[in-house]
Amino acid sequence: MGDDATATGGTADLAVVDPVAVDPAGTARRSVGTPLRSVWRATWPKLLAITLFITAWQLVVLTGWRPPYALPGPPTVARELWDLVLVDPKFWPALVTTLRRAAVGFLFAATVGTVLGIAVARSRVLRAGVGSLITGLQTMPSITWFPLAILLFGISETAITFVVVLGAAPSIANGILSGIDHVPPAFTRLGAVLGAGGWRLYRYVVLPAALPSYVAGLNQGWAFAWRSLMAGELLVIVASRPSVGSRLSFSQEFGNAPQLIAYMLVILVVGMLADTAFTASARRMRSRRGLASD
Amino acid sequence: MTLTIPFRPSAPGPTAPDPTAPGSTAPSPATLARGEVRLDGVTKVFGRGASATTVLADVDLRVAPGEFLAVVGPSGCGKSTMLSLVAGLDRPTSGTVGTGGKTAFMFQDATLLPWLTAAQNVALALRLRGVPRGERGDLTRSLLERVRLGSHADRRPHELSGGMRQRVALARVLAQDAPVVLMDEPLGALDAMTRDRMHDEIERVWAEAGLTVLFVTHNVREAVRLGDRVVLMGSSPGRIVTSRPIELPRPRRLDSAGVAELAAELTAELREEGARRGG
Ligand SMILES: Nc1ncnc2c1ncn2[C@@H]1O[C@H](COP(=O)(O)OP(=O)(O)OP(=O)(O)O)[C@@H](O)[C@H]1O
Ligand SMILES: [Mg+2]
Repeated sequence: MGDDATATGGTADLAVVDPVAVDPAGTARRSVGTPLRSVWRATWPKLLAITLFITAWQLVVLTGWRPPYALPGPPTVARELWDLVLVDPKFWPALVTTLRRAAVGFLFAATVGTVLGIAVARSRVLRAGVGSLITGLQTMPSITWFPLAILLFGISETAITFVVVLGAAPSIANGILSGIDHVPPAFTRLGAVLGAGGWRLYRYVVLPAALPSYVAGLNQGWAFAWRSLMAGELLVIVASRPSVGSRLSFSQEFGNAPQLIAYMLVILVVGMLADTAFTASARRMRSRRGLASD
Repeated sequence: MTLTIPFRPSAPGPTAPDPTAPGSTAPSPATLARGEVRLDGVTKVFGRGASATTVLADVDLRVAPGEFLAVVGPSGCGKSTMLSLVAGLDRPTSGTVGTGGKTAFMFQDATLLPWLTAAQNVALALRLRGVPRGERGDLTRSLLERVRLGSHADRRPHELSGGMRQRVALARVLAQDAPVVLMDEPLGALDAMTRDRMHDEIERVWAEAGLTVLFVTHNVREAVRLGDRVVLMGSSPGRIVTSRPIELPRPRRLDSAGVAELAAELTAELREEGARRGG
């Protein structure tokens, strides 16, 4: 290393031969691999799990533990699901109503939770007063809000939205709050050195640094919103407006077990799709920041 | 406006003190030239009552505009504390700190924001300095070229080597366009070869831009390699023990006989100082 250009004073020429600079964009490219292969690698364990589950289900049905009208087998439910999606005129309106409620409630909760989280992070008084309340709310089963919601808003969309927001907002607020609280002090110092104070520090340093935790909070908030919504749709059945929850409830009342199970599968799939979307965006963000480990 | 503002925080951030607050800031003794740094009777005490520790005791220091000052001292003697005071990130308990113009800061671990590319990290400094959007792109590119990272502009920090990250940090320091640059062991985490290159890089940039540099290091040789002057600090309490001008001609080499000889002398002095303290 010792006998190159520096000896004669060519200080400016040295970095040109920097071996590190020659290194091509290795790391990021390598982990991608062929897309098809990585999709398969992520899919086959799931397929296996589903196969095992359906097999177990079929076996239980075959034992005759419950009569077929109470516990239908997978083929019956599959046929029902097929009918539901392709034939039943009530299915899509019900699903659309439910998804719209979920979206409205979740967006509402995201707004409330975000504002609340930032406010608590910034204000000592709010933190002392509201901080532990948020966690308390988070542990409260959202179904316990419905009696009050119905008293306040009647059997209405508002009652459902109210509970969905109460169910989801605390997680979202906590997500952004803990993100802000765990911003590395080095970043805040850097912000100060670069002349970013107050709002600009938040805009350029604190909030971007808190983003992964915020997304985790959103993900958890979504799960709570979805649960609260399903509870709400079972309890608060708004007349002449079919929803996934109300269809589920009617299936039970009319003793239509295949349809009941088919709707439950729909609920499961919606929840899983949303979770997949959140997980994917979280992973993307982590890998962009060089945090991805798996 | 950037001239001669005594005890001027480099940034009005949340941790930056209010320069108009009552307390430590005595009236400025004199106006400072652009790039000048001056500490007069600076004492810094952390904590109160029984747990109070004096980290810096009555430090006087003058750095001329354009001077490269290397600061060496044992761990915990208050070097970082002193830089924080100069940067305006903290206030002295007593005494005055003044800089002629703004300060820029280079940290030990580069501290690049991981969600931004190399170019965006540099551009953020421009943006926070108020450079209009239209000018930022070209300026960022030319800054990255000055540290020879033009072809890596769109990489994210984790896709860069340690030395490259420090070069981005150097470009960002230049983007701050401050006459005074504070460097707190910026090369501590690098291997010897990369370090050697960074010395050249920093020296070149310093000379081109006519900066005043306060460079903190543990490494006496590095201090001699880079500094116009080396200040030795002692600990408990932290203070300046000696100040030694380095008259070796530039460019210098870390492994040249002259540097080694002076470094040995200064190391002996440091050791003597440690022994005198009973350390
Ligand atoms: N915020 C603080 N509160 C209390 N003590 C502090 C604080 N910051 C620093 N100190 C103390 O001040 C002393 C000097 O710290 P400083 O970081 O300035 O040392 P340093 O010379 O930079 O050391 P090193 O070479 O290891 O980086 C240390 O004893 C440290 O414990
Ligand atoms: Mg230090």
